[in-house]
Amino acid sequence: MILAVGESGQTALWMFLAFVAATLVITYFSARKSAGASAYFAAGRRITGWQNGLAVAGDYMSAASFLGIAGMIAFNGYDGFMYSVGFLVAYLTVLLVVAEPLRNAGKYTMADVLAYRLRPRPVRAVASLSTLTVSVFYMIAQMVGAGVLVRQLISGVSYELAVIGVGVLMVVYVVFGGMLATTWVQIIKAILLMSGSIFLSVLVLNRFDFDIGRFFSSLTAISQTGPNGETITRNFLTPGLLFKNPWDQISLGMALVLGTAGLPHILIRFYTVPDAKTARASVVWAMLIIGLFYIMTTFFGFGAASLLGPDYIKTHGGTNMAAPELARVLGGEVFFAFISAVAFATILAVVAGLTISASTSFAHDFFTNVLHHGKEHRPGEEVRVARITAFVVGAASIAIAIVLGPSVNVAFLVGLAFAVAASANLPVIVFSIFWKRFNTAGAVTGLLTGLVASIALILVSPDFMAHPLFPLKNPALLSIPIGFLGAVLGTLLSREPQSEARFNELTVRANTGLGAEKASPH
Amino acid sequence: MSSPERRDLTPESAAPTDIAPLGRDGAKPSHEQTAADEARLADWDAIATDSDFQSLVREKAVFIVPATIFFIVFYFALPIGVGWFPGLMETKIAGDVNLAYAFALSQFFMAWALALVYAAVATGWDRRAAALLAKFGKEGQ
Repeated sequence: MILAVGESGQTALWMFLAFVAATLVITYFSARKSAGASAYFAAGRRITGWQNGLAVAGDYMSAASFLGIAGMIAFNGYDGFMYSVGFLVAYLTVLLVVAEPLRNAGKYTMADVLAYRLRPRPVRAVASLSTLTVSVFYMIAQMVGAGVLVRQLISGVSYELAVIGVGVLMVVYVVFGGMLATTWVQIIKAILLMSGSIFLSVLVLNRFDFDIGRFFSSLTAISQTGPNGETITRNFLTPGLLFKNPWDQISLGMALVLGTAGLPHILIRFYTVPDAKTARASVVWAMLIIGLFYIMTTFFGFGAASLLGPDYIKTHGGTNMAAPELARVLGGEVFFAFISAVAFATILAVVAGLTISASTSFAHDFFTNVLHHGKEHRPGEEVRVARITAFVVGAASIAIAIVLGPSVNVAFLVGLAFAVAASANLPVIVFSIFWKRFNTAGAVTGLLTGLVASIALILVSPDFMAHPLFPLKNPALLSIPIGFLGAVLGTLLSREPQSEARFNELTVRANTGLGAEKASPH
Repeated sequence: MSSPERRDLTPESAAPTDIAPLGRDGAKPSHEQTAADEARLADWDAIATDSDFQSLVREKAVFIVPATIFFIVFYFALPIGVGWFPGLMETKIAGDVNLAYAFALSQFFMAWALALVYAAVATGWDRRAAALLAKFGKEGQ
């Protein structure tokens, strides 16, 4: 087929291909090292603190962060910045509550920690279901974003072709390279994204002669064309331009702050480091990087509003293209191409991280531990199943992303993923580490009620119904308490002496790291 | 729970390929052990009831619980403030920068400060945990 690529599209294409080539080389070398379960699923547990910090940051700063938040600030000002705040503060929950106990007591997946004291088969089956649900929702959002982005950048490439291309690449990384390749893809992407953002921010400030006061003053009167053709001028530093109902903000805040600690693709990153101390260091590194990035959304988000204006962005690719278009205006076609390539890389890396968390959970939790009672019937079976699952998950999300089409709301799907993670995963993780009386029935009911409540509330929310039964855009405000309540009720309605008897063991492991799996010798 | 067969067929980690040296006899390496394999790794109850261990756990809770409550309150003060007290939050405090933006920005520094304090405090816990394990003749993290 013939690609009708413009000059900038061509530069973007070349930069993107360079990134792909670099990552494929890494995948090739990782593939030679990724034999054996610990090596494939957890990169041999030999990733260092700052490397994992970069990788956590790379896993986390998705298309929704870079393109989505920039666009949201460019159109709605201050309220978009609230996402930035929530995304960083969320890491305090990860750092203080889950990272270290998880690393000390688990092996490959979130469910490992639950399975310690509880009956493994029911718990792993349900935990695997919730991991797959969260990952697939998150992944479809990224795939749709990738498809839209590629279609807008390179005329001649259809949405479907773009989605298939991204999907195939991600499957290659995960199937052949495993966690080691995925980790290095995240690290490269995080470095690219940070340097692109820093450069873009400097270019924005340059327009204001590096006078921060003038920059903020320019935001107090942003004009745009209203729905009836009239000109509306608003102060973009004023809260409430996007969220009219304060409860919407509270609910979103709960989903972000409590959901991150339940995102499977973030949690499994803590298994790639040698010990809990390194897991802690990597969260601190990740927080520094993520925090800097989200503070910079001030410059390129508000900067796009001030320098381009919402009307300009609307006619040049729409809300998701605010950051790339700003780069084009400030830095020319080459910088535009670079920022677009960074956005591709971002999506690709996040999707690879999601695929590996979903396939690890299916292979380790469902296949080996539920179907085969924790034993590998044939050597290497678990890794083989994970590879097949990565392929199936990739194919499925390509298909779903194509069926949903380019018009589905990407931020909505990501918000759902956070809400499901906060409502289903977080309550059972917290209870299994800190509550002695907690048991299998509690874990299963907690996971299921959280999962069902969050999805059901989304389906009756304003985004889905003309006359919503539930008034908030994000279900977290109600679904998180339901998840906790389900876990408590399930626990109190049954007794499990074995779970209580092993609480001491879990506490000792979680607090001392005794018996935690070390880095694999090499 | 322990399997009757002695032969361990888990693949050699970091082998050149996962087809070549597949099975091996003898004990599993530490990273392939499951929780059930390690149930007798240590006398868990003895460590759990040890006074040093209990004071370590208590000391961690004394830091972590208030710190968690603090950041949750600090964080939700922001959406509550902008949602229900918009007039107050629109107060300009430096040039055109209003309280809403300054408070949002302060969340970043709060998060970084708390993370660094936690990391510093937790280093002390690492030492105590290692000393505790040494007391029981175990190797720590």
